[in-house]
Amino acid sequence: MSKRRPYVRSMDGWWKKNPFYVEYMIHEGTALFIVAYSIVLTFGLVRLAQGEVAWNGWLEAMKSPLSIIFHLVLLVAIAYHAFTWFKLFPLTTPPVVINGKKLESGLIVRSGWTATIVATVVSFVIVWGIAA
Amino acid sequence: MSEQKIIEIEVLRYLPESDQAPRPEVYKVPFTDDMSVLQGVQYIKDNFDGSLTFRWSCRMAICGSCGMMINGIPKLSCEAFIRDYYPKRISIEALGNFPIEKDLVVDLSGFIEKLEAIQPYIIPKEPRTVEEGEYIQTPAQFADYIQFTSCINCTLCYAACPQVGLNPDFIGPGAMALMHRYNMDSRDGGQARRMEIAASEEGVYNCSAVGYCSEVCPKKVDPGNAVNINKINAGKDYFLRFLSPKGGAK
Ligand code: SF4
Ligand code: FES
Repeated sequence: MSKRRPYVRSMDGWWKKNPFYVEYMIHEGTALFIVAYSIVLTFGLVRLAQGEVAWNGWLEAMKSPLSIIFHLVLLVAIAYHAFTWFKLFPLTTPPVVINGKKLESGLIVRSGWTATIVATVVSFVIVWGIAA
Repeated sequence: MSEQKIIEIEVLRYLPESDQAPRPEVYKVPFTDDMSVLQGVQYIKDNFDGSLTFRWSCRMAICGSCGMMINGIPKLSCEAFIRDYYPKRISIEALGNFPIEKDLVVDLSGFIEKLEAIQPYIIPKEPRTVEEGEYIQTPAQFADYIQFTSCINCTLCYAACPQVGLNPDFIGPGAMALMHRYNMDSRDGGQARRMEIAASEEGVYNCSAVGYCSEVCPKKVDPGNAVNINKINAGKDYFLRFLSPKGGAK
């Protein structure tokens, strides 16, 4: 008779066992803040469709201290999500080969950030232009 | 002569014939600065308890058999040095996410099955006769897959992957890296056959991009990248199959 009795260890609390996993869980968790922000924006769009009074009410609500604090929290959480997302960029993208050389991962991360910053500045300028 | 240094090594022991569950045991091991953790474990076996069971062979980070959790991190024990942990205690345990067979030895049969399943050999596009001569491969074509040939099947990446722990059927990073190695080989034509596995329930979509597999890989294979590239490939295969009947996924 076989004396084998392979022991399977429990996965309970696995994500607390390594700082790498903790970072992963926070990264995944902060995605919820992006959902929250998109709900806020969608709600704004609904109010806009309902006419001027509704829209102005929404704008006022956005200016309340509570809303500003909420948006600051969102900003921090989403910035963290973006930071860790870009860190994973080289893991998830196919290798980029230029002149027979593979692009090193640091450069992939930096080009991701550059694109983000450029896009942010451009949207700022456009919105600024429309508002002015 | 300087004083003999002593390190405490805590080993998670499991003797299936007498233990209900694994239990830690601490040994005080004298060591010199050139000693690896593997040598520390060998010292325990030779001097304190001959029943301590573990796997090793090359002692030079190439056979891939000496993997252990060292202070919770999957590492090749022949490549980890006691001096780097001293004076703190070292805790060692069998590789995570695998069933423990005995002490530091895990049951690798599931991994071996996965390795077989991905058909890790060249499947020629069409039969080739001896008269036709050898395959010609350019340095650029070679560069496409060389990184993924470095895998030594140490399974550290499996021990690093929580998705493997949560779903033991997941093909996992190492085997996926090898699958990608053959898919990327210009001599190979087996991509559609392997796609059945890549796109299956045990396949790439179990991966949630934790990325720790690539972090712990001692050979810089970047198995996580292989898995994620194949998510894209499996996605393409799924959608393109409507246009071309050649896609492999069912
Ligand atoms: S991919 Fe790296 S960590 Fe995984 S089995 Fe191969 S060599 Fe080991
Ligand atoms: S003993 Fe061969 S890899 Fe460590």
